[in-house]
Amino acid sequence: MALFRPASWTGPRRSILSPWSSPALVVLAVLITFVLTAGPILLAGANPIAAYVEFLVVPVTSGFTAIEVLVSATPILFTGAAVAIAFRAGYWNIGAEGQLLLGAIAGAGVGILVGGLPAIVALPAMVAAGALAGAAWALVPALLRVRFGIDEVVTTLLLNPVALLVVNGLLHGPWRDPVTGFPESPRIAAAAEFPALLPGSRLHLGFLIAMAVVAAAWFVLARTPAGLRLRAVGLSPHGARFAGIDVSGTLLRAALVSGAVAGIAGVSEVAGIQYRLTGGLSPGYGYTGIVVATLGALSMPGVALAALFLGDLTVGASSAARALGIPSQLGAVTQGVLLLTTVGLLALRRNRLTRGIEIGGETVAGDVAAGGLPSAATAISEEGEVEQE
Amino acid sequence: MTAGAVSGSAAPVVELRGITKRFGDLVANDRVDFDVGRGEVHALLGENGAGKTTLMRIVYGLTHPDAGQILVGGRPVAIRSPKDAIAAGIGMVTQHFSLVRPMTVAENVVLGRTGGIRLEMAAAAARVAEASERLGIRVDPGAVVAELSVGEQQRVEILKALARDCRVLILDEPTAVLVPQEVEALFATLRRLLDEGLSVVFISHKLGEVRAISDRVSVLRRGVMVGTVEGSTDERELARMMVGRPMLGIRRTERAGAGPPSTPALSVRDLGAAGVHGLPALVDLSFDVQPGEILGVAGVSGNGQTELVGVLSGMRHPSGGSIVVDGVELAGASPRRLMAAGIGRIPEDRHASLIPDLSVAYNLAIERLDDFRRGGLLDEPAIREHAEQLIARFAIRARPDDRVATLSGGNIQKVLLARVLSRDPRVLVVAQPTRGLDVGATEYVRSELLARRAAGTAVLLVSEDLDELLALADRLIVLYEGRIVGEMRAGDADPEQLGMLMAGRGRAA
Amino acid sequence: MTFTFVFDLLAATLRNATPLVYGTVGETYSERSGVLNLGIEGTMYAGAFAGFAVAFTTGSPLLGLLAALVVGVLAGAVMGLLTVTLGANQHVSGIGLTIGLIGISEFANRLLFQGGELRRIEPMPLLEPLAFLGAPGEIFHQYGLTYIAFLVVVPLAWWVLQRSSFGLEIRAVGDNPEAADAAGINVGRTRYLALMIGGALMGIGGAFFTLAVLGSFTLDIIAGRGWVCVALVIFGRWRIGRGVLGALLFSLLFSLQFRLRILPGFGELPFEVLLALPYLVVILALALSGRNVAYPGAYLKPYRRS
Repeated sequence: MALFRPASWTGPRRSILSPWSSPALVVLAVLITFVLTAGPILLAGANPIAAYVEFLVVPVTSGFTAIEVLVSATPILFTGAAVAIAFRAGYWNIGAEGQLLLGAIAGAGVGILVGGLPAIVALPAMVAAGALAGAAWALVPALLRVRFGIDEVVTTLLLNPVALLVVNGLLHGPWRDPVTGFPESPRIAAAAEFPALLPGSRLHLGFLIAMAVVAAAWFVLARTPAGLRLRAVGLSPHGARFAGIDVSGTLLRAALVSGAVAGIAGVSEVAGIQYRLTGGLSPGYGYTGIVVATLGALSMPGVALAALFLGDLTVGASSAARALGIPSQLGAVTQGVLLLTTVGLLALRRNRLTRGIEIGGETVAGDVAAGGLPSAATAISEEGEVEQE
Repeated sequence: MTAGAVSGSAAPVVELRGITKRFGDLVANDRVDFDVGRGEVHALLGENGAGKTTLMRIVYGLTHPDAGQILVGGRPVAIRSPKDAIAAGIGMVTQHFSLVRPMTVAENVVLGRTGGIRLEMAAAAARVAEASERLGIRVDPGAVVAELSVGEQQRVEILKALARDCRVLILDEPTAVLVPQEVEALFATLRRLLDEGLSVVFISHKLGEVRAISDRVSVLRRGVMVGTVEGSTDERELARMMVGRPMLGIRRTERAGAGPPSTPALSVRDLGAAGVHGLPALVDLSFDVQPGEILGVAGVSGNGQTELVGVLSGMRHPSGGSIVVDGVELAGASPRRLMAAGIGRIPEDRHASLIPDLSVAYNLAIERLDDFRRGGLLDEPAIREHAEQLIARFAIRARPDDRVATLSGGNIQKVLLARVLSRDPRVLVVAQPTRGLDVGATEYVRSELLARRAAGTAVLLVSEDLDELLALADRLIVLYEGRIVGEMRAGDADPEQLGMLMAGRGRAA
Repeated sequence: MTFTFVFDLLAATLRNATPLVYGTVGETYSERSGVLNLGIEGTMYAGAFAGFAVAFTTGSPLLGLLAALVVGVLAGAVMGLLTVTLGANQHVSGIGLTIGLIGISEFANRLLFQGGELRRIEPMPLLEPLAFLGAPGEIFHQYGLTYIAFLVVVPLAWWVLQRSSFGLEIRAVGDNPEAADAAGINVGRTRYLALMIGGALMGIGGAFFTLAVLGSFTLDIIAGRGWVCVALVIFGRWRIGRGVLGALLFSLLFSLQFRLRILPGFGELPFEVLLALPYLVVILALALSGRNVAYPGAYLKPYRRS
């Protein structure tokens, strides 16, 4: 059972927990979220119970909406997995949004260029380009972190608006659609479009790729030495270094893979939904990835479930808007509240368990449980040492 | 106990009666009585872990006692937090200063005591300057704390306590961070303050200093008050009270090949390393460990042991010197290279040396995952089998899938021991291997170390437990302030003399 | 270039810097107390919306301003609940707050105003105290909120942080909460207050757009300016003066590119390059200072008495 155990959110004492408490916590978070969002629903003049039915149940009752749930889940499966991979290593990548946009740019660029090529060449080329671009966008913050111990939270975050500016710069400049003059790129080649999985539906190849990525990430994390090393680094950077693991290299690789996966999310939106680069490509999928990863307890099965759940919520929010007149923005409200209740409950649980455990007059709980994050690099540099290998 | 009780010259300002504090099974303070009179320096002497700091943290409200009473001016008081202690006229300078480093001296001194909205910084600075002048504690009120030397920072701490009208000042190992000249300055300051009626509790394990400044000395050993004697008491007597008699648990057999030294398995030359505050923690350390020998490293903690083990574990960079195992130079090598060269490492912080949230099986395998791979995947059956074997061989009470964090201290130590010993290290670096373990686990760990010795491993055993060193080691070196101040055969060692060396008095012949 | 151009440029710089100044000062307060508040983007957004909604309904821009302030205080309190009381992860809490606040603002916007045609209020007037100066007087042709930002908020915020007892306490809990606690300071209360004050300023900064500049609320109105403030705080090394200087610099570039774009020859330069500058400069500055970045001592660390 993969628990929600990124390094610094937990102390060793967390282990008193039984493994099932994580799903229980998520269910509790969902319930609290529903209670908290009842207010806005009532303000909208709807019955909260009816609204929740509309949110959660109605989307899966018809074939069309059920497929739409999968469509909505596709980008956040990618970004959720991307964020979870990084967080599991103890690397706080808040930049999935920007990495996604760079992936979209690269995907669109290749998609436009591959005009004459067959799909079997065009599609892998796009995905590879997107992955590379996402990883490249993740590189600088990762290097700053492992070389200088500079907190990656702010650097990854700040690159998000920069990525959006790059997109807008392209769309208002060289890539402006020559035909319509709209700030949209030219349409990608037909061979570069992701085929629909079901004829006539919007569900596209991207969903399969997303599931494959999640499955592969699960497999690597759970079954390979590299995955075990990554988990070890996230759980205890000091212990991992002591055991001879290359902590810096592991962090760097995790950051780049995370960026690559987020980059593929961008390709998937370009090639599967928009067929061109647009300014409104992502309504914050990168940030939703943080919700998905947190809610999914940083485990890949959890990410899959959380992404489907949020996809359900998104489709439900638009159907609730039609049926009950509740503004569909309630979906975003729910996401935010869900994230806040989940981290709040996690912190509550951790602190209840760690408070006041003393050993020989020194509290061991104090430093490890600091729900904040003496990140691996900080912890290392505090010892006044230099990274090796 | 031979030492007779000596009472203070004046009525006690602060008196402790029957203070008891337990941490789990460990009794840190066992019905301890203690008092300090007006204008007096009462030293609290003892080895590390004797319970000195715990006792004084109780007085300052940082730790809560399980039983006992604190009297201030003859009246019982409840001290629940530092705030209560400050109100009762008690001040404490802890080993880790509680100063806000980017702030000025004056800001630190007035912190938490400012009334009103406006910070009267100029007035505060003037007051601090005046107090600094009057008390003879020279500090610039406008200086930023982070830019001060450690000695100056300590003066700020003392000034801070005095600015809160403290009448009893507790100093926890105040000289540990000071150079000799600064120690002199500190003592001069204290003498002036004593004349004005301040009382001082001076926590230390350095005999010379204790004798130089104290009116009375109380000695704690393993949480029990051994006795209170005059400050002029002979150093040998103090050392004897502090260290006690060794109680041998395991009988050591003389080393088989204890003849002329063969090629050393571990050879350390001129090793240096920086410690906290960037001060040198190890100075030109040189020693050899022979195959089949246990070299014990004695010393009060904080004299370079942590840094020595850190360097030999690959977790800390040496500032110079060489470490050679079997002709391979290893100074500054990574943990991976050290392990490959045959060094097994068991540092004192077991928790941090493992991944507590991973299973026992993974922790046992994590150093050598390449041996547990099958076609690029983790060979789970092999990892499990490996774990089961080691669990059986080292009598670890755990299942392979249990997370290490759920294990008892003894079993955690056994996991670490099993991980290290299963690789047949040529050299074993062990620190405080039995600290906090129960009797059974202690015996087990010691017998394993002796078994390794018999098998020809070179063992470097760092311990603050003299009984353990005398029971296990063939040879001893004593560390004091990062240097080797004595070396002897364990059979010839005399606890009294060891205590003197550990306390920085004299060198071995 | 004429003098009019220069005066006009400087006036625009001050105007564009105003919301950034509020946000940067607010974020500085949060971070100096030891809490990175990534809820800033959402708090500014909610301030913009609440300010407009109340001003539109009541007809009073002042009540709107008050609403933005209250919403900011509440947002700060929620951040405090999560990161101070519960000790939750600061950046995930901040991101969650931003997502939630933007969501709730858009939800309420939809509910109250049903989309439909653009609702407008009479924007706050521009003041012209020095009109008699002629062209140079143009620099002083500003909104009241701009005057308040530069003449009241910045000096006052600086004075409180550096010269008042409360400011000393904020700096102490942000750098060494253990020492502050030992000195008898209530660490939690101080951090809550810093977050709430910071939130109030962020809320007002957001309301500046709806109440003063536009007189209406549009989606994506903050457009990442909260993140700009986060960058400026680091650029200013957690100092109010330097942060404000950064805001002015950024606004100068922003205003300049806006004006240069209409000139022949400058049209080719994508203005996005200039917009991206503050972010890139901050990252570059971090990279250049390497290990020497002086983060507040308790940055990202919740405090719990042992």
